[in-house]
Amino acid sequence: MFTSVDDVSARLAETGYLASPAVATTVFLADRLGKPLLVEGPAGVGKTELAKAVAEVAQARLVRLQCYEGVDESRALYEWNHAKQLLRISAGRDETWDEARTDIFSEEFLLSRPLLTAIRGDEPTVLLIDETDKADVEVEGLLLEVLSDFQVTVPELGTITASRRPFVVLTSNASRELSEALRRRCLFLHIGFPEEELERRIVRLRVPGLDEALAKSVVRVVGALRAMDLRKVPSVAETIDWARTLLALGADHLDETVVRDSLGVLLKHQDDILKAGAKLDLDAV
Amino acid sequence: MSTAERLTSLVGALRAHGVRIGTGETVDAAQAVEALGLADRERLREGLAATLLHGTAQRQVFDPVFDLYFPRGVGAPEETSGDRDDLRERLAKALAANDETLMARLAVEAVDGFGGYGNSPASDGWSSYQTLDRLRPQTLLARVRDDVRGQQGMSGFTDRLLEDELRRRIEAFRVLVAAEARRRVAERRGRDEIARRAVAPTTDRVDFLFAGKDRLAELRRTVQPLARKLATRLAARRRRAARGSIDLRRTLRGSLSTGGVPMKPVLRRRRPARPELVLLCDVSGSVSGFSDFTMLLVQALHDQFSKVRVFAFVNRLDEITRLLEHGAADPEGLGARIRAEATLTGWHGSSDYGVALGEFASLYADALSPRTTVFVLGDARTNMSDPNLSAVQAITERARRVYWLNPEERAQWGTGDSAAYEYAESVEMHECRNVRQLSALVGRLLPI
Repeated sequence: MFTSVDDVSARLAETGYLASPAVATTVFLADRLGKPLLVEGPAGVGKTELAKAVAEVAQARLVRLQCYEGVDESRALYEWNHAKQLLRISAGRDETWDEARTDIFSEEFLLSRPLLTAIRGDEPTVLLIDETDKADVEVEGLLLEVLSDFQVTVPELGTITASRRPFVVLTSNASRELSEALRRRCLFLHIGFPEEELERRIVRLRVPGLDEALAKSVVRVVGALRAMDLRKVPSVAETIDWARTLLALGADHLDETVVRDSLGVLLKHQDDILKAGAKLDLDAV
Repeated sequence: MSTAERLTSLVGALRAHGVRIGTGETVDAAQAVEALGLADRERLREGLAATLLHGTAQRQVFDPVFDLYFPRGVGAPEETSGDRDDLRERLAKALAANDETLMARLAVEAVDGFGGYGNSPASDGWSSYQTLDRLRPQTLLARVRDDVRGQQGMSGFTDRLLEDELRRRIEAFRVLVAAEARRRVAERRGRDEIARRAVAPTTDRVDFLFAGKDRLAELRRTVQPLARKLATRLAARRRRAARGSIDLRRTLRGSLSTGGVPMKPVLRRRRPARPELVLLCDVSGSVSGFSDFTMLLVQALHDQFSKVRVFAFVNRLDEITRLLEHGAADPEGLGARIRAEATLTGWHGSSDYGVALGEFASLYADALSPRTTVFVLGDARTNMSDPNLSAVQAITERARRVYWLNPEERAQWGTGDSAAYEYAESVEMHECRNVRQLSALVGRLLPI
């Protein structure tokens, strides 16, 4: 898919995703070694975006499995379309049981869910397993089979093997420790907050109307907030939101009033806002 | 040394630091080296990290070890000035411009120029401490700040951020100097030894009793997600426990869409029983490192669980639940608040488990019920006073489970004034010296 690390950075940048060297290197390796990529990091640094950008670059179909508490085999892999099976049975009253049985467990009645969909297709596919840590431990077991062999076994139909391996991205906010076995099958990438320079470029790219000097100030303030001991430090997504807010407010530079009034865009807890306000001397005016 | 050898000894050093790496990962790493080539060192670093590591916390061990096995260069730098003022001058410029490559080069020069000590081949080496002591980068702060202001003019609001930013850059420079000194020493003494000895352990292996103030902030970052993890794990267990008998009414209602054929059985949901937690914490001086940590844990648990009651003691015991406001994540302030507002000491200042446990059993017996799990956090060193085993027995009888987490090494139990083994007869006692042990324990111990 990619010829070199620089190729990864350049092509991701074309889609509007500015990758750090770590991200570009790891994506390149995941493609080269054919291994799933486990991406961890705080919310809003672009983990999901990365999968979307890779899909766009590779002109691949993006199949997404959103994990949540209680997601199970029938939501992740496949299930039988019971209602349709019942209809089929009641429609063909005069056939024998054996005929009906072989018929209702055929492709036509199979509802394939993300994992099976990603494996079955012939076109290039990016499989995004989003917020893996939200799913129960049992689902990890399911993923192990899929990710190590890229195959799924449906008892009635036999084993379905991928003819073309999907590029797999798993994301996690580390709210639950993923099992060692799952981690071992993946390349590991931690996306942290970007370097000042990179973040400034990201902001400029995402908020085109913002002028260079203001973008610089925005990133510096966010950097200062991240160095504070807050409950929830602002992420890249919040930086972009804030830049948009400032643009909408028509602010052409930062001062106490503007920052104080818009701090809520960056910080999501009242005590964080108070703390940051005190540290930045916003109340001194 | 060939790349393969280098790679395997790197893996060996990481394993010695508790990073679990299988052969498969080593092979992946070798493939990564092949795919990336050796030309770009930072890419190589990221590639090896991606294939060898499995978690964020391991990175802080990986980076220094990588620097040792894939060093930036060999031997002394080509050009050094050896002139302190000149170096400081250039460092000030680099700090002002936030030029990281230049700072890295200056760190190399600084160690070479000012870090060397000793004059016999057997004893000499390079010291980052000595380098920084002579160079004093922190004293450049005011100057650089004024320089930057002079160039840019007072640029309004962001100007007030400048000083903190410079402080962080200076800190980064210190890290660079330390890495360079390690590299030079490793060249002399063998990198395997330095990789094992001079690289700080990951946070989850830092001994609570010896964790310094700077490590405490890191510990806090490790403990907070741990508490959240505990909460989700508990939720998961409760959910699993709900699988049981079939709820006929809801099964039939669900069968309407399939023409009255019940395709999906619906299970009856059990009402979740809410676990109650009681923590008894020794906050005396002998376990100060541990009790700071205890405070972190207590605070974190308190944020995650609604029913936690916390008691602190030295030789008297007092309830401190009211002092833990939700979200006020400030263990130092909390420690001070507890010492100021709670009655923890009687007529002497050393810990007395016997009296404290007795007070708990008699005054706060209402905190215990068949649903309560009690954690005692302390080293069981009771200063030769009566351990009051009957009080412990009384607590065990009333509570559902009682666990004792002891921050001392098991080999130390029962030595001197430690009553650990006496208590361990009636209470399940576990060695709990670092976050790794703690997370293993709590996952196993906490109630459903």
